[in-house]
Amino acid sequence: MTGGFEQTFREEARDLLGDLEAALLELDERPEDAELVARAFRALHTIKGSGAMFGFDEIARFSHELEAAFDRLRKGEAAVESSLIRLALAAGDEIRRMLDAPEGGCSPEAGRILADLRKWSGEAESAPPRESGEGEAGEDGAAGEPEDWFLRFSPGPEVMIHGSNPLLLLGELRGLGETVARAEARALPPLAELDPERCYAGWEIALRTGAGMQAIRDVFLFVEDESELTIRRREGRRDPSAPLALRARNAEAAARAAQAPAAASSVRVAAEKLDQLVNLVGELVTVQARLSEVSSRLDDSEIGAISEEIDRLTAELRANSMSIRMLPLRNTFERFRRLVHDLGAELGKQADLTIEGADTELDKTVIERLNDPLVHLIRNSMDHGIETPEARLAVGKPARAAIRLSASHSGAQVLIRVSDDGRGLDAKAVRARAVEQGLVAAGAELSEAEVLQLILAPGFSTARQVTDISGRGVGMDVVRRSVEDLRGSVEVRSAPGAGLTVTLRLPLTLAIIDGLLVRVAQAHFILPLANSLECVELTRGQIEEAHGNRLASVRGQTIPYIRLSEYFEMDAPRPERERIMVVETEEGRYGLAVDDVLGYHQTVIKNIGRLYRDAPMVSGATILGNGTVALILDPQRLVQDAIHLAGSGRRAALSLRGIGAEGAPSKGKQNRCYAA
Amino acid sequence: MNKVILTVDDSASIRQMVRFTLAGAGYTVLEAVDGADALAKLSPQLSVVITDLNMPNLDGIGLIRRARANPALRGLPILMLTTESQEARKQEGRAAGATGWIVKPFTAAQLLAVVRKVAG
Repeated sequence: MTGGFEQTFREEARDLLGDLEAALLELDERPEDAELVARAFRALHTIKGSGAMFGFDEIARFSHELEAAFDRLRKGEAAVESSLIRLALAAGDEIRRMLDAPEGGCSPEAGRILADLRKWSGEAESAPPRESGEGEAGEDGAAGEPEDWFLRFSPGPEVMIHGSNPLLLLGELRGLGETVARAEARALPPLAELDPERCYAGWEIALRTGAGMQAIRDVFLFVEDESELTIRRREGRRDPSAPLALRARNAEAAARAAQAPAAASSVRVAAEKLDQLVNLVGELVTVQARLSEVSSRLDDSEIGAISEEIDRLTAELRANSMSIRMLPLRNTFERFRRLVHDLGAELGKQADLTIEGADTELDKTVIERLNDPLVHLIRNSMDHGIETPEARLAVGKPARAAIRLSASHSGAQVLIRVSDDGRGLDAKAVRARAVEQGLVAAGAELSEAEVLQLILAPGFSTARQVTDISGRGVGMDVVRRSVEDLRGSVEVRSAPGAGLTVTLRLPLTLAIIDGLLVRVAQAHFILPLANSLECVELTRGQIEEAHGNRLASVRGQTIPYIRLSEYFEMDAPRPERERIMVVETEEGRYGLAVDDVLGYHQTVIKNIGRLYRDAPMVSGATILGNGTVALILDPQRLVQDAIHLAGSGRRAALSLRGIGAEGAPSKGKQNRCYAA
Repeated sequence: MNKVILTVDDSASIRQMVRFTLAGAGYTVLEAVDGADALAKLSPQLSVVITDLNMPNLDGIGLIRRARANPALRGLPILMLTTESQEARKQEGRAAGATGWIVKPFTAAQLLAVVRKVAG
């Protein structure tokens, strides 16, 4: 495997020896030229370093001596003499000979040169430093008897600026054994004084591992100097069942936080009753919107006060009834351990399931309907993604595969990821298969991400043969459909040989969200509050300054924006002042330019018809206080689509007439559907 | 998903070895032949930079200093390759803002372990 490197090294070393020789000859003429000394030193340094890397130990030893001699010249500890240059030239020839016959070892000539060189380098006989990479972390996992350790780790304030991520270090520690960590945030300043680039947190960590002191210390190798770190072995706590003290403390803290009286009991309620409750709250929110519309029109302070009070109460009632429906994903996730185990036995594969974020809560309806897609994804991973232990060992992966199931929050959405470290998907093969199955034209221009999305198309299957586990032609499209029914989306990412990650993006709840009501011409839209960061003004002057580019400067940061009136092709005069809502997307921060931001709006999500199925940037609709309809936009999809359109030069063409959004524009134009 | 790593070394064989090792582990690897070349290729999209210290034009220490002077590149993990076992050079790199180091000669496994340590 190193054959290629050796050849490259030989060629490189010959070039460097040529450089060295040229520098030496020039140095003979201009012994004072420091740059020439530096050049010679660099050439030798590279020969030494690379030689040692690829097993040319004799060459490394030889060039080390020569390098040491030139190092002294470089530092001004010795002067250039022609006898040294002669010696160096002879040494260069000797290295060249060794390159051609690496197994030849030292010739008598080489021994003589080496002895002479030592006079110059001022070193006793020595080998080049052959310490193994100090940075090796946890390599020698020669696990001894598990011991309990207690660590206190306060990273220096600048560790993150220097590129270290304390969370990765804690993760690495977790790899050594069972850990319980408690964050110490006392040093955290008030928000206004907080510098986001500095690290204020510290951790107390209890760790049980057999890896030993050195392995633990190696985790912190790079940050040790600038951090406070104490590592203590805890004696006399060998009982494997004894709970770590810190865990107990964490539990105490959690209990205190919950402040639930021990007697608090739960009540079982039929699911339909909950559904009904949420429906009623939805109705109430809609009526509330009407009330506040009327009260703002009447401009009566008495009614206004009542309306505001009811507004507050509805919001609370809503949050409460929603939270009743939220359940942690733990039960759903834990069930998959058995599935992975059973499938592994059936297929002769070995895999470990890691579960993360099992405490993430989701609407119970969403959870119920999530089970089948997840089963499908895990089956796919086990069946198609993960290789047999032999095949894995052959490509240098551990025999046991890792499947990860994780859940996390992202705005008003929950991301559920299923990833494996199997063979991944080959975009080329997917494409070929899609062409074969007539899903895409042979010459279609598709990015790699788009190609991978093809596996979600109906009828697509990459499996070479039908198996009992999966791959009967019904595949990922079922997953996609179930998730889309939940108003979610599916994303596939993969690297050939390095595994596959499928991300399900699901709304936290199916019923009501916090939104921002904005106006574009005569039409109203809702932007989910969870994605919205801030609102800034966009004046004509700023537009002119940008020379026609859709870029705005927000607090010194340049942010591209999308003008909704243009995106939706609405013929409307541009107002003197526009507003930009800055939204957070996976593509980064983007602005959405609107005519006006009207304010906060509790938004009851209504499903929209099939007509809008191909318009993914519209995630639903809601009814406003005055009875008109506002579309709920999905900023993530909208930005993705706009980027895509900008890339392909096509224009969006979504007419808003279809659902009767009042005064929806596009006058004089044909009523068109969104052209996918 | 693919993390991008920039290897900066005037030695083609070292670059080749780093590329081979990291590409095999699923990383995308870019190469630069010295500090000046690397400076042009630095971007916040990189996950890790692995740089040699002794290089013509701009050396590794200089590269680290310039990178850290750019607010967008603060926090970018930068690993230095040292042959020197001397503390001095390592300390100089640390003071310039290097994240960590790997001592040559190193094995593929050691390289991967250190890259995983800083890139996650």
